[in-house]
Amino acid sequence: MTAPLLIARDLRRTFASGGRRVAALDGVSLEIAPGETLGLVGASGCGKSTLARVLTRLVAPEAGSVHFMGADWLKLSGSRLRAARRHMQMVFQEPLAAFNPRATVAGVLADALRIHAVVPKAERGAEIARLVDRVGLPAALAGRSIRNISGGQRQRVAIARAIAVRPRLVILDEAVSALDVSVRGRILDLLVDLQRETGVSYLFVSHDLAVVRAVSHRIAVMDAGRIVEEGPAAEVIAAPSTAVLGRLIDAVPRLKGKPQA
Amino acid sequence: MSALAAISNLAVAYRNAALPALSDVSLEIEAGEILAVIGESGSGKSTFARALIGLLPQRTAISGRIDWPGLDGAPRAGRDIGCVFQDPGSSLNPVLRIGEQVGEGARRHLGLGRRAADAEAVRLIGRVRLPEPERIARAFPHQLSGGQRQRVAIAAAIAARPRLLVADEVTSALDVVVQAAIVDLLVELVRADGMTLVFVTHDLALASGIADRIAVMAAGRLVELGPAAELVAAPKTAATAALVAAHIDLATPPLVGDAP
Repeated sequence: MTAPLLIARDLRRTFASGGRRVAALDGVSLEIAPGETLGLVGASGCGKSTLARVLTRLVAPEAGSVHFMGADWLKLSGSRLRAARRHMQMVFQEPLAAFNPRATVAGVLADALRIHAVVPKAERGAEIARLVDRVGLPAALAGRSIRNISGGQRQRVAIARAIAVRPRLVILDEAVSALDVSVRGRILDLLVDLQRETGVSYLFVSHDLAVVRAVSHRIAVMDAGRIVEEGPAAEVIAAPSTAVLGRLIDAVPRLKGKPQA
Repeated sequence: MSALAAISNLAVAYRNAALPALSDVSLEIEAGEILAVIGESGSGKSTFARALIGLLPQRTAISGRIDWPGLDGAPRAGRDIGCVFQDPGSSLNPVLRIGEQVGEGARRHLGLGRRAADAEAVRLIGRVRLPEPERIARAFPHQLSGGQRQRVAIAAAIAARPRLLVADEVTSALDVVVQAAIVDLLVELVRADGMTLVFVTHDLALASGIADRIAVMAAGRLVELGPAAELVAAPKTAATAALVAAHIDLATPPLVGDAP
């Protein structure tokens, strides 16, 4: 087995809530291999978004360590941090908050390409056109303002921006949860195709177990700030050992009346 | 079954919109049925719900008819029709106690006095299976979780004992476990009280699990209407077939193979 791309050990983080300290992360450890998708599921408030935010350094943990691409990720700073950041990208549920609201689609992608010097300046225009096409958006959309496109289109721009810099890991926090099912299907196919082509790893965070199962090699189940179950996707779902996973399985809406394939 | 509402050739165009939001929609809503209205963003399903409730903005161009053969006249919103929306955070008043908001329908429409309405609010809060109804009645919306707030919104919607409950994407902002519980609650209340439910959702599976009939909307039109199981098993239109094909559950073949 190849060395893990990311190793998190014993991450801890509490938040104040109504005068008490509540543990959002209560000793979380996980590993993600190159080219692997780790699905992270759990109910609202289980700590999965906090974990995504700690891994991306948007929230500092109170204890624990993260090694990413062999470096002590939480201790990186300055130019070494900027260089490493390129390789850990993130996509959130509501992408509008993650963009400069005055930017155009092309401008968003141009910034990412320029900041991380992904391609020579002369090739930037062609690379933007390639990215827009890659995520299934019409070329004419590149000149539109990020505010004047639909939510599904904006989410595809967020994914285009994340993959523009050719990262090693993309953290997707409920990235497809707000999309129409037809758009969701195309985005999931796109993510899987990109992984086959580039070997990118994903941490796929969602409350929707069916979607997580469809795209993940391994699944980790979170409850009350801890990972309570972890293993290959099919095995974990076939034999749940915790009540929380049992509830997530029972809650998946089944299509009543669908003929068996 | 008799019709509660008969919609004929309903068309809706919002001000300054390039295209109509609804075109030529005709159907009957049967008394006591659960009718799911499904479709993607922009299909017109929420516009349909708002037209039914009478909540379209002023200066919206509306044509066609909505008749109410099942009621003794024009419906009064809040009395004959209860509504629940996606975001209970924005439909509940942040500075009013839960009990007052739940009891308001009973005071206004059933003529209950203040004390009787308070007692009725506590009873309704219990009916939507919130723990410690007396305590919740004294709480404010921000003190509750999203799922609890949605239960409160349901309690308020049924306070005046409406004939029709319209639920527009009521579970979309909730996680799947809470979603399942809210859907179960709605079905139980509707069946127990003999209410009619119009359940608007983008989730075909959710609709198939509870609805007697499903109406599929696309681009402002009603493209298919039929008994839930039949419609899912044998879609007659491309729009319905696409929704069936895009469904993902635990039996869907995974998109990825073994671990790298």
